[in-house]
Amino acid sequence: MPIELSRRPSPSRAMVYLSPLLALGITLTAGMVLFAGMGVPPLAALHAFFVEPLSNAYGWAELGVKATPLLLIAVALAVGFRAGVWNIGAEGQLTLGAICGGGIALLLWRSDGAWVLPLMLAGGVAGGMAWAAIPAFLKTRFNTNEILTSLMLTYVATLLLSLLVHGPWRDPDGFNFPESRIFSDAATLPVIWHGTRLHLGLPFALALAAAVWVLLARSLVGFQLKVNGQAPAAGRYAGFSERATVWFCFALAGGAAGLAGIVEVSGPIGQLLPAISPGYGFTAIIVAFLGRLHPLGVALAAHLLALSYLGGESAQITLNLPLAVTGVFQGMLLFFLLACDVLIHYRFRWRGYGRGRGRIGRGHGGRDGRGRGRRGHGGRDARRNLEPNPAAA
Amino acid sequence: MSDTSPPLLSLRGMTKSFPGVVANQGVDLDLRGGEIHALLGENGAGKSTLVQMIYGVLKADAGRMLWRGQAADIRDPAAARALGIALVFQHFSLFDSLSVLENIALGLPPDDAAAGRGNRNSAAGRGNSIAGRARLRDRIHAISARYGLPLHADRHVYQLSVGERQRIEIVRCLLQAPRLLIMDEPTSVLTPQETARLFETLRQLAAEGLAVLYISHKLDEITALCRRATILRGGRVVDCVEVASESARSLAARMMGEELPDADLRRPAAAADAKALRLQVTGLSRAPAAGVAGGVALKAIDLAVRGGEIVGIAGVAGNGQDELLTALCGAADGRPGDAGRITIDGRDCAGAGARARRRMGLAAVPAERLGHGAVAAMSLADNAFLTAFERRRLLKLGFIRARACRRFAAEVVAKFKVKAPGVDALAASLSGGNLQKFIVGRELGQAPGILIVAQPTWGLDAGAAQTIRVALRALAERGAAIVVISQDLDELMELSDRIGAICAGRLSRLHDTRAVSVERMGLLMAGAGDDGAGVATVATVTAGATTESATETRHAD
Repeated sequence: MPIELSRRPSPSRAMVYLSPLLALGITLTAGMVLFAGMGVPPLAALHAFFVEPLSNAYGWAELGVKATPLLLIAVALAVGFRAGVWNIGAEGQLTLGAICGGGIALLLWRSDGAWVLPLMLAGGVAGGMAWAAIPAFLKTRFNTNEILTSLMLTYVATLLLSLLVHGPWRDPDGFNFPESRIFSDAATLPVIWHGTRLHLGLPFALALAAAVWVLLARSLVGFQLKVNGQAPAAGRYAGFSERATVWFCFALAGGAAGLAGIVEVSGPIGQLLPAISPGYGFTAIIVAFLGRLHPLGVALAAHLLALSYLGGESAQITLNLPLAVTGVFQGMLLFFLLACDVLIHYRFRWRGYGRGRGRIGRGHGGRDGRGRGRRGHGGRDARRNLEPNPAAA
Repeated sequence: MSDTSPPLLSLRGMTKSFPGVVANQGVDLDLRGGEIHALLGENGAGKSTLVQMIYGVLKADAGRMLWRGQAADIRDPAAARALGIALVFQHFSLFDSLSVLENIALGLPPDDAAAGRGNRNSAAGRGNSIAGRARLRDRIHAISARYGLPLHADRHVYQLSVGERQRIEIVRCLLQAPRLLIMDEPTSVLTPQETARLFETLRQLAAEGLAVLYISHKLDEITALCRRATILRGGRVVDCVEVASESARSLAARMMGEELPDADLRRPAAAADAKALRLQVTGLSRAPAAGVAGGVALKAIDLAVRGGEIVGIAGVAGNGQDELLTALCGAADGRPGDAGRITIDGRDCAGAGARARRRMGLAAVPAERLGHGAVAAMSLADNAFLTAFERRRLLKLGFIRARACRRFAAEVVAKFKVKAPGVDALAASLSGGNLQKFIVGRELGQAPGILIVAQPTWGLDAGAAQTIRVALRALAERGAAIVVISQDLDELMELSDRIGAICAGRLSRLHDTRAVSVERMGLLMAGAGDDGAGVATVATVTAGATTESATETRHAD
């Protein structure tokens, strides 16, 4: 191969931020190829996917609606990922939040007190935390792998919700559909932008992101998390407890996911259904990494991934494309992001053809001109200089 | 070899620059077969860069290398090995999850005929078959017994200490029967007896015609072992001298460009034992950490350190030093079966974790810098906060006082002359010696009442090491109790007031350093008890390995 990957002397700060943009660019390109292969004009499809949803105020409000659960979950997951705690089960924690909070709403459906909604929110947070406490306990007590336990509990949670809405919590006046009662007005999250579905959840999410930012950047707790994530042994010498880190991360992520769950069912959905989330808990993992595990980046990434949900619906309506396009786009984005992250620690080097090695570092042009002219690779130096440049990929 | 024949390896005008720094500038060097040649220089003088160019890891910007008088193009380590160059890296390249045998098998070239020790079946020689494994194991045991490098072929690398890992690297090199052996600080982890044995081996290898390029900061070793020394300073060769006409002191002066500052590290004779007992350990026993099969159990450790004194704990790597350090500073959770009592200034430490003990005045410097003493990807300011936040009040209501952290970090950098672009530099960007100075400075800056230091000057150049030793003595004179756990016996003999040795998790009685000989310490490090009743563990390991390999040979046949 004339091009080789060589390790950088130190990780590239620039690539940390360029990599998500690069991944987005490749995803769009690959998406266009995909659309073309499906017989849809690529540019029209991209327009339908990424521009049309935001062509009116309602679309922007919907963007906020979709971004809310993603941001809530992803910003909390990012804390855990920084600390080396791999909670993959936010989807299940979201579901338990919806069950616990929604259960309170159904229990109190005749009540119209102002305390119903706060109680539901608290119930949602508690439900998510309780569900997250299971892998945390298993991890700290038996040293189980939290990736497996948290992930598998997701399916348990989904089945539990299904059981409830098919059984005891089914709406008695609902023509036997597997749905709960529609929540009373007192149990519905207020809309903050009249005429849209944008609800109180978005301020919650933004507040959480701000709080996490301060936590990570300024507090001892955040410092401990980062140290235990990067160098657990250094954490031990400094006296930072690994158990406390695991518990904190799971409690935070579980609570945030539970809040996302109850916010969804008490806001845009308004009742309990067998399926209440289009995979927010999993998509939030992409959001966290795309946002570089930083609250500000996560906030931006949450909106981008929210757009992929809207775009999928839009493409389904205008171009008759299957809704699975959303999942394909999300998957490609994560895939390319992980690939591009290689460039943080490595760079491409031009080795030249024929010879086993390139005289890298030997001047630029001039001395080596003979060989270049003979082989007719006028662009060789230029390409070499592109080393960390996205265009080379 | 006569002097008229071309040298084994000649370097001419080797130059290498990195962004912002010229690491080597026109370096010339001649190595002849049969000579042990020292490469001397302070940290950052360019020794590693030069070695990496010889070994094909780095490409020179300019300059030529001649191998037996022929221009040699060493484009990668495989080419270097093919010529017969072997290198024991300062940083080990081993797979933690594989056994010693597997690691060595991986490091051997596919065509193992070069090893020339009778086995020309490469697949078998690399340990890919059962018979091959047995044969490779025999060869490993033969080499390790012959060169005094006890090694158990079936242990996994993650269980091994730094010293044992280095032995793997040395054995791996010797297995390839090299023409030129480059050794980077090879003796830091050996007992005096083992060092003497290694020197004999090196002399023996040199007598067989092998060239050895010997990199060390221990000037005494160089005067004892080497014929010529090339001295690097700031990337240039400043001298190439006949060692016989030099002393350790004059070599140090050439290396640093100035005289080594004189320092009396001894405690003033007037200092009495009347000072208060600051650290007391009685009957400390701990099971090895769960999941680490190679962990060493601590057995009934007694240790009492008074204010104002430095106690040295010698020992060969992997005899419980890490376990003792973590137990003393509270960095490991207690386990069932633990026994014993630790008191700091008379207060019982039971239930006090690392943070609580720091508050009580105990500071610690772990042996590993990156990952234990400091977090690689964090800035110096953050690393200053890491352990100093309690004693330096860098915390306010749970929030980090960023400016105070930076001030403290800058103070450490200035006081210990840490070469760093600033307090925002990442710990990983510092050289080992500079990071060590920073870590030691950070702990000293907390005015500890008790300081536990492991390997305080590992890999440091003479000047930096002296700075740290002087600082430790100064701290003791201010009334602190200091425990130095080190594998460098010379250093402990020079620095400590009382000294003991740890072997297989058991700590010997402490002796007055002035009244104990190096030979006696060597015996204590090997586990020969104070009353002569102990077991010579090193000897046992070697003997056991030999017996086992003999058994396996029979099976293989």
